[in-house]
Amino acid sequence: MKLAVLVNEGPYTHQASDSAYLFTKAALEKGHEIFRVFFYHDGVYNGTRLMVPPQDDRHIQKRWSELAEKHKLDLVVCIAAAQRRGMLDENEAKRQGKDANNIAPGFRISGLGQLIEAGIQAERLVAFGD
Amino acid sequence: MSEEMQGGIIKKFLYVNRRAPYGTIYALESLEVVLISAAFEQDVSLAFIDDGVYEIVKGQDTKGSEMKNFSPTYRALEGYDIEKLYVEKESLAERGLTEADLLVPVKVLSRGEMADLMESNDVVLSF
Repeated sequence: MKLAVLVNEGPYTHQASDSAYLFTKAALEKGHEIFRVFFYHDGVYNGTRLMVPPQDDRHIQKRWSELAEKHKLDLVVCIAAAQRRGMLDENEAKRQGKDANNIAPGFRISGLGQLIEAGIQAERLVAFGD
Repeated sequence: MSEEMQGGIIKKFLYVNRRAPYGTIYALESLEVVLISAAFEQDVSLAFIDDGVYEIVKGQDTKGSEMKNFSPTYRALEGYDIEKLYVEKESLAERGLTEADLLVPVKVLSRGEMADLMESNDVVLSF
């Protein structure tokens, strides 16, 4: 089945990031297609490469980046939600005159149209959040 | 334009609004998704249940909280051909509200009818 995933909550504060990751991984292992994973609301923080969790804990961003590399996953962070929360890629940092960017490998920043497209193209859009 | 990009597929999108407008960002960011989906020429409906009914209550004044009053945007939805707004009857009644308290025309549905509405949509996004 062609699936799309929506992550609406921040990493570590909420189960949604973990459930979405484990669901995505399991779906891929079962041979399903993941059209896209879209990060919205505080979910955008899944894509910051500056997170440094304790070493004995899971690294939520790295897990996504590794899964993306292995399966050519499309991980999209909503630009509007990202910008108001201080998440920038290199181009946006330059454009906004900021001195740093923080998007992790395997993630890209794009518009909400990418979420609508996922809803249209996937057979099921599975949302994780409250 | 966007419709062609999607191979002419038109799906029924339902946005379920469940939270009060200013306590969390969900209502505002939900509205941002709704506005974008209009550009994709999809069949869009909005449902307001639980504290979500407060999102469309008349007379919102956010000055004291320094937050942006985005309630006028609900009135503008008509201009984007988004005209199917549904409100749950029980949610209004539980909060002492009536249709006359709302700033946009809506269709009031019972809790059971709301379940049927959700069942009849292809993509249900709950905020």
